[in-house]
Amino acid sequence: MELLVASAIGILTASGLYLVLRLRTFPVIMGTSLLTYAVNVFLFASGRLTVGAPPILTDAARYTDPLPQALVLTAIVISFGMTAVVVMIALGAYLGGNDDHVDDLIPASDAEDRT
Amino acid sequence: MSLFLIVALPFLGALLPGLMNSAGRQACAGVTFMVSLVALVGLLTHLPAVLAGELVTARVDWIPALGLNLTLMLDGLGFFFACLILGIGLLIIAYARSYLSRDDHMGEFFTYLLLFQGAMVGIVLSDNVLILLIFWELTSLSSFLLIGYWKHLPEGRQGARMALTVTGMGGLAMIGGMLLLGQIVGSYDLSVILENRDLIQASPLYLPALILILLGCFTKSAQFPFHFWLPHAMAAPTPVSAYLHSATMVKAGIFLMARMWPVLSGTPEWFVIVTTAGLITMVLGAVIALFKHDLKALLAFSTVSHLGLITMLLGTGTAFGALAAVFHILNHATFKAALFMSAGIVDHAVHTRDIRRLGGLRHLMPVTFVIATLAALSMAGIPLLNGFLSKEMMLEETLHTTLFDMPWLVPGLATFGALFSAAYSFRLIGHTFLGKERDDYPDHPHDPKPGLWLPPALLIIPVVVIGLAPFLAEPFVKLVTASVLGGAAEMPSAHFKIWHGFGPALYMSIIAVVGGLVLLALFTPLLRVWDASPRPEAKRIFDRVIAGAVGLSQAVSLRLHNGAFSRYAAIMAVTVVAVGYYAWATGTVGAATRAMQPTNAVQIAGWLMLVAAACGLVFLHRNRLLSLILIGIVGLIVSAGFVFFSAPDLAMTQLTVEVVTIILLLLALNFLPNHTPIESTVLRRSRDVVISVVAGLATMALSYHYLLRDTVAPSISEFHLANSYKGGGGTNVVNVILVDFRGFDTYGEIIVLGIAALLIYALTETLLSGPVRARLLNRKPDQPRAGGRHPMMMVVMTRVIMPVVLLVGFYIFLRGHNEPGGGFIAGLIVSIAVVMQYMASGFAWASARLRYPYHGIIGTGVLIAGLTGIGSWFFNKPFLTSDFTYVRIPPFYKFELATAALFDLGVFLAVVGAVMLTLESFSRLARRAHVPEADHPMDIDPSREDTKAEA
Repeated sequence: MELLVASAIGILTASGLYLVLRLRTFPVIMGTSLLTYAVNVFLFASGRLTVGAPPILTDAARYTDPLPQALVLTAIVISFGMTAVVVMIALGAYLGGNDDHVDDLIPASDAEDRT
Repeated sequence: MSLFLIVALPFLGALLPGLMNSAGRQACAGVTFMVSLVALVGLLTHLPAVLAGELVTARVDWIPALGLNLTLMLDGLGFFFACLILGIGLLIIAYARSYLSRDDHMGEFFTYLLLFQGAMVGIVLSDNVLILLIFWELTSLSSFLLIGYWKHLPEGRQGARMALTVTGMGGLAMIGGMLLLGQIVGSYDLSVILENRDLIQASPLYLPALILILLGCFTKSAQFPFHFWLPHAMAAPTPVSAYLHSATMVKAGIFLMARMWPVLSGTPEWFVIVTTAGLITMVLGAVIALFKHDLKALLAFSTVSHLGLITMLLGTGTAFGALAAVFHILNHATFKAALFMSAGIVDHAVHTRDIRRLGGLRHLMPVTFVIATLAALSMAGIPLLNGFLSKEMMLEETLHTTLFDMPWLVPGLATFGALFSAAYSFRLIGHTFLGKERDDYPDHPHDPKPGLWLPPALLIIPVVVIGLAPFLAEPFVKLVTASVLGGAAEMPSAHFKIWHGFGPALYMSIIAVVGGLVLLALFTPLLRVWDASPRPEAKRIFDRVIAGAVGLSQAVSLRLHNGAFSRYAAIMAVTVVAVGYYAWATGTVGAATRAMQPTNAVQIAGWLMLVAAACGLVFLHRNRLLSLILIGIVGLIVSAGFVFFSAPDLAMTQLTVEVVTIILLLLALNFLPNHTPIESTVLRRSRDVVISVVAGLATMALSYHYLLRDTVAPSISEFHLANSYKGGGGTNVVNVILVDFRGFDTYGEIIVLGIAALLIYALTETLLSGPVRARLLNRKPDQPRAGGRHPMMMVVMTRVIMPVVLLVGFYIFLRGHNEPGGGFIAGLIVSIAVVMQYMASGFAWASARLRYPYHGIIGTGVLIAGLTGIGSWFFNKPFLTSDFTYVRIPPFYKFELATAALFDLGVFLAVVGAVMLTLESFSRLARRAHVPEADHPMDIDPSREDTKAEA
């Protein structure tokens, strides 16, 4: 089972990173979302995998590690905020410039102006 | 007055001139003057203690763990410098009031001046080297503002930039040196450092620390080879030049050398570096000064020369040298400030500072003539003025100084420098005031109002008094010298006297004065030789070095950082993997301590779906709508995984966030193109595949390894499990961690979420008020639009289930402390309920029924959470300490009341507000103001193409 989770993290990272390296804003946003999943699962798994022992206090003898869960919970909510801001910026750039490329190469003449 | 207040007064006072600006120029200058005066009076209240040889200190521990304490001390040296800074500061303020013209913004000027004054006072009173470094940097920054005060002058801007670059770089070196010094001694307190002379000088780090600290001092005090910035800083208004270059800024380096004298001096390294630099600076500055035609440039190079003289005296490492240095600091500050102000008066009256266009002003400007002449004669070293006394002590000291085994070298060069010094002083008098009156002055020369001549005249009093009666200054100068020497050397028994009898020093003085007169007589042919000889132009070299540095850093940064986001991402991914690989290859991996858990078919099915969706996303991402569906699948499988691995709270959060995220992306996709074209080459895609696969394998290997091993150190989670019910009153440990144990983190996070939502709102506002608005209004949808905008089924359903969903949200919120749920999840559920109304019934319908603005909800949430935290202060508990109790109101069961629930309410409101404000902002973009929106269900979209065709 550990292998399944680890490989899932790896596959999410690989596909997320591939999309992040694309040239348009939308695939990049998709890629960061996938990376977010990968990171959240990774952090969650740092409490090690436990089946059937939620951190709700009962008479049970053992519980899973609650701390990574608390951290990941806020991370999920914050990642929504982050995604929303990035989407807004992408949207603004597209509506303003009619272009949704992420790469904005510095022209050579511009570089000279800076000196 | 407390030392803290003396240092803080100029900083606090810096707020006033800006505020007083509208009250008039007089008020502006007056308030600045009062601030300095109060600080000076406060300083003088410590005079008896200082005279008694006591050390006045003030101390507040700030970050003791880092050795960073706010400690101030006042000894003779600090008192002397603080007096110069505040005393001459007062005269400068009075002078600047009359000097600045109507066009100059006075509030701004005095604000900068007070900031600078405060930073300088801070340097001389610091007892902690880290605090001293902070003030040191502040002087660099505030002097930058002062030098560049006339922003319209390119020379002013360039001069300010050059001063900042040079002194800033020196400051950086000095930080290194001071940290080394602190490391050697084990304390950053100056008073401790000063007592560890032997420890420091025996340390192998002594030389690096010495060189770094001297770099700081030499750049600040314009010592060769860093002397070039000072003349360029002359583009500043004259009051600034007079202040910075006579008494303060450039003396900071001298001050530090004097301060560090007991522990750093006396070694061969100190002697060679400091004396050589001082000697070269003194001679070079004096020679260049003679041939400068701009009055201020002449004075600037003479300042460089005199600073070299003082540096050289400190470099000798003898007590007599230190005594002469302190005496000359005092004398130089008085006559040089007076000279700068006189130059300013001439400039003000005649509108030129070019010495070639002046001459014969003695009858036209008699007052200025007297002041400038006395000051210049003192600078030349003429008897009965104070400059003579310290210069003769300097010459005396050089006779006992042997550099590089050549006993004639130092006295010879010192006499040579003094000779040029006399020459430029005579030239200043002769070519400006003496000679024939001219008829081609740019303006009519006249003596100014007392506001301008009184301050320099006051400075001439000590020049003459000390010159005539040196014994008056002797006790004070010796007191200051005693604190320079510390315990490192005995106070010399020499007395200040005008007449020491015939001796080598007197002969050298006579040679200098006579030689100076001869040089002036031969000035015209000498100038021809000077103009014909090639000289390196410091500014051009500096500019070339800066351009080279900029070019180099640009070459590096443009290679890595050329504006292509995908490039940074690739570089970062490769770097992280490489560093991780290095750690893995060089570290050790322990044996697996956990057994692999069994796998069943359901898990494999879930895994397969996740893999299929993730890979499908890679292959099908060009179809954007499809990729949204695929990412939804990934999110659902992840939620299911959370359920399976005992994380019900996470599963609920992930699921609800998934819903709002997909809605958000759908709203965005409404405007973005719905297809991604193929643009990158096969080569590039292969490169990206390689990078991503390698990174994926790396994360997989990392996760796999740690999943099979226990943590090296015991986890702190046991504490949370054990105390959740006892201390937090809740059985849902995750929720108790969020609202109680780590409540402060959560508080920060809801604030971040709120800021993100407000940012989105602000961006939407900007878009809608700019040119984008027109484009949005005229936009033609690229997809055929559905006819029914508000489908009846959906409208009815959403309205019916609204109360149910709200009830569920309420229930999830209430039970959160003990069962899976809580503010975050409840907030998301309620948001979804509201969003459904927007989707089903339309924006207009929903916003018409909206009673509270979402900004307000965010603010209320953060406020409630914050007030809950503050509430614990009233019970003398730290911020966010929680408490709970159980109450029973019949006929209900016993239930719990916890302050954590109140905090959770804040979280809930902030989440609702943030999510709703975000989604609402996106929908506002879609809203088309000119298309009327009916608010009843099942209306037909009139803007639809095919409807129009039918009509």
